[in-house]
Amino acid sequence: MKRTPESLEPDRFELREARPYRFAWTRRGFLGSVGAGFVVAVALDPERSEAAEKDDLGPLIGARLHVGEDGIVTVFSSKVEVGQGSRAQLGQAAAEELRLPLDRVRLVLADTDRVPDDGGTFGSRTTGYTVPDVRKAAAAAREVLTDLAAREWGIVDPRAGRIVARDGDIVDLETGRKSSLGELARAHDVEAAFASRVPTDVELTGVNDWRVLGRTALKPTSRDIATGAHRYPSDIVRPGMLRGAVLRPPSFGARLLTVDEGAARGIEGVVVARDGDFVGCAAPTAYEARLAVEALSKTAKWAESRHPSTKDLFRHLKTNVDATAEARPEWNREKGSFDQALARGAKKLQASYEISYIQHAPMEPRAAMAEWSESGLTVWTGTQRPHGVRDELMKAFELPEDRVRVIVPDTGGGFGGKHTGEAGVEAAKLARAARRPVSLRWTREEEFTWAYFRPAAVIEAKAGLDASGSISGWDFTCYNAGAAALQSPYDLADVRERYVPVKAPLRQGSYRALAATANTFARESFMEELASAAEIDPLEFRLAHLNEPRLRDVLVKAAERFRYRDRIQDLPSRNGKRGIGLACGTEKGSYVAACVAVKIDPTRGKVVVEEIVEAYECGKIQNPGNLRAQVEGGIIMGLGGALKEEIRFENGRVTNPRFSMYQVPRTRDLVPMDVVLVDRPDLPSVGSGETPIIAVAPAIAAAVFYATGVRIRTMPIRSDGLRSI
Amino acid sequence: MKKAITLRVNGKTCEVSTDPGRPLLEVLREDLDLTGTKYGCGEGHCRACTVLVDGNPVTSCFTPVSHAVGREILTIEGLAQDGVLHPVQEAFIEKQAMQCGYCVPGMILTAVAFLKTRSMPTLNEVSDCLSGNLCRCCNYPNILAAVELAAAKLRGEKP
Repeated sequence: MKRTPESLEPDRFELREARPYRFAWTRRGFLGSVGAGFVVAVALDPERSEAAEKDDLGPLIGARLHVGEDGIVTVFSSKVEVGQGSRAQLGQAAAEELRLPLDRVRLVLADTDRVPDDGGTFGSRTTGYTVPDVRKAAAAAREVLTDLAAREWGIVDPRAGRIVARDGDIVDLETGRKSSLGELARAHDVEAAFASRVPTDVELTGVNDWRVLGRTALKPTSRDIATGAHRYPSDIVRPGMLRGAVLRPPSFGARLLTVDEGAARGIEGVVVARDGDFVGCAAPTAYEARLAVEALSKTAKWAESRHPSTKDLFRHLKTNVDATAEARPEWNREKGSFDQALARGAKKLQASYEISYIQHAPMEPRAAMAEWSESGLTVWTGTQRPHGVRDELMKAFELPEDRVRVIVPDTGGGFGGKHTGEAGVEAAKLARAARRPVSLRWTREEEFTWAYFRPAAVIEAKAGLDASGSISGWDFTCYNAGAAALQSPYDLADVRERYVPVKAPLRQGSYRALAATANTFARESFMEELASAAEIDPLEFRLAHLNEPRLRDVLVKAAERFRYRDRIQDLPSRNGKRGIGLACGTEKGSYVAACVAVKIDPTRGKVVVEEIVEAYECGKIQNPGNLRAQVEGGIIMGLGGALKEEIRFENGRVTNPRFSMYQVPRTRDLVPMDVVLVDRPDLPSVGSGETPIIAVAPAIAAAVFYATGVRIRTMPIRSDGLRSI
Repeated sequence: MKKAITLRVNGKTCEVSTDPGRPLLEVLREDLDLTGTKYGCGEGHCRACTVLVDGNPVTSCFTPVSHAVGREILTIEGLAQDGVLHPVQEAFIEKQAMQCGYCVPGMILTAVAFLKTRSMPTLNEVSDCLSGNLCRCCNYPNILAAVELAAAKLRGEKP
């Protein structure tokens, strides 16, 4: 499988990731990176660290955090903050184990010269992997610091629990003597002491003793955001900088034949950069750079190629199976005998579902500042994969690792859409030609057209029902979207589930929850069809097929909060006006169920969502305020994909590349929401940025069927069929 | 063609030499280094670029700089006075009306202008007033709560 950005496919990206941390010991990195008189000389010992990796003995404490002489603890991670709350949560993790107030922890995130490689920020992995890593390092650091203090105080072999960390101090509980972390850092060579490995068996603070985790932590950058002081990637300024613009092809796949570079070179202050098909301009202002690109554009000749259009999309997906694509056995599942089970069934059903392409459309489009210097290339950019983008730059410019540095300032949104480094590569090309730093920010139209899309899908489902209304045989095939949530969480004996990769017509990649949205939409919608054929209430039908206790729990909790069983009694089906429906699912280790109420406006063929109840469980809750915001944000974002969002394209051009044409949720689209957060202190915490989105669309589709008897088998919901009701 | 243009921004007079057709947004960000005002769409449909011109919200991505001459421009950087946050800013922080936060300057300035016209807005009015401002994190519930809290603060009520 190629791994160029163009062949990005969602699941592969996430599943292929190497072990979550690979520490980059050898780089110039940690030296001098922190300031305030405290140098983290962590690099230390390449051989030993390699051995540590090999033997799995754990990373060095000092690679993860250090203590400043001012008593501030700095934590290093390659995770990025794109609005999901990693900065607050990783700070909580360190503060908890070091027994520090949260405001004594500072985070250095996503600077490839300074942080260990924790992997990219996707797959809901920060909570599940990086938080535990930070906690382990902080707990190990606490042990080192208490040992240092004990030695200083001449206490040999103190009894367990005598010397403790408390509110930023190390305290001897027997004498009351204490030393602040800052004092310890001034008096001792703490960094040398931190050049020891995090013991694999280091003990973490039990949930019942949490004082920082488990409580709402505010976003540490709140004030800078509210005052406009925070610098996003598109806000980075460097001395002598220029602004860039890029000449884009008129359509997907178009090749540049000729362009008259002189058309832009005549404009004062403009630098033209050309490298194969890449042509761009840098100028003192973005306005001048755009004028220069427009001048070039008038002289450019392109060879365009044929490209499928939206009207052919779903036929294209079915008929362009990519036989050369990697097929991993774990994507598919076959158990029992589907064919025999189906033959046994009293009833047989099949249905096909169509899911459109959509775009992430983060508020901040792709942006980068690139600067070349004697030490190499530095790029500030908004990406979810700082080390991955460093690799892209190394490849693009044939540079060794220690000559490329990628820094990701807290970024204006990602949603799975910023795994790549296009803007960084382009800015670096412009900067190299201009011999000045260059900032490049994509336009909204570029972001809608040239960023990768959430994959479209055709999903085909077949199943039988036996005389008692139980599912007998389940066959489920997803073309193109991916394997996330492909496997049904229901208890089924005879199953055939397949993900079929397709030669996709558009560049596609990750999106919040990946293919789980498409697969859950189709599966839950088909469950509704089966329930209705079995003449069993959809909730009872699901429960009859569901053993997974965590999924049952959220389903029952959502139904109870919604008063589903009462309301279904009171509301006649196919009344033409109002409906209720539900759906559930699991992905990335968390569980979600939604109940919705809809109203149908038959004259406009419109579905109006009137109410949503969602129950969500992701293990022990670490930051309740942020979790609620993530769940609510996921639900509202999910309304967009369910009701309106759809990328349309024709002759290789996106025909709705603007917010005026591509409708995303606004305040007027808000729906009364009731979110039930299920806290499970007995279970490990897992990430919550993705899964809350997956149950919204199928619950709405179910409610529309309840109201009208019209099956919705498309995302977004196409309302043509509702107009006649 | 570049011209010398005088602007009043955040209570200060600024001279810039620029093509008068350039968007106000870019002059603020590039010439005056006021990067708190954001680009979101370039067509006035997301309002991340909102600034106040003579107290009224204006989409600066869509407004030629020449249209702002002789008027008082307020950007997010000019809202806090001597380090004291405006009540709307305080409310956005208290209610955590920000995820990535990129839309927040535009949201705050839109709300500041709105709350000058309505001291006791209903939730529907708040929602209508912000309907032009996009938040792709969809943190709208917290944003609406923040504007309601800000209204109470401006009325002098203790929350």
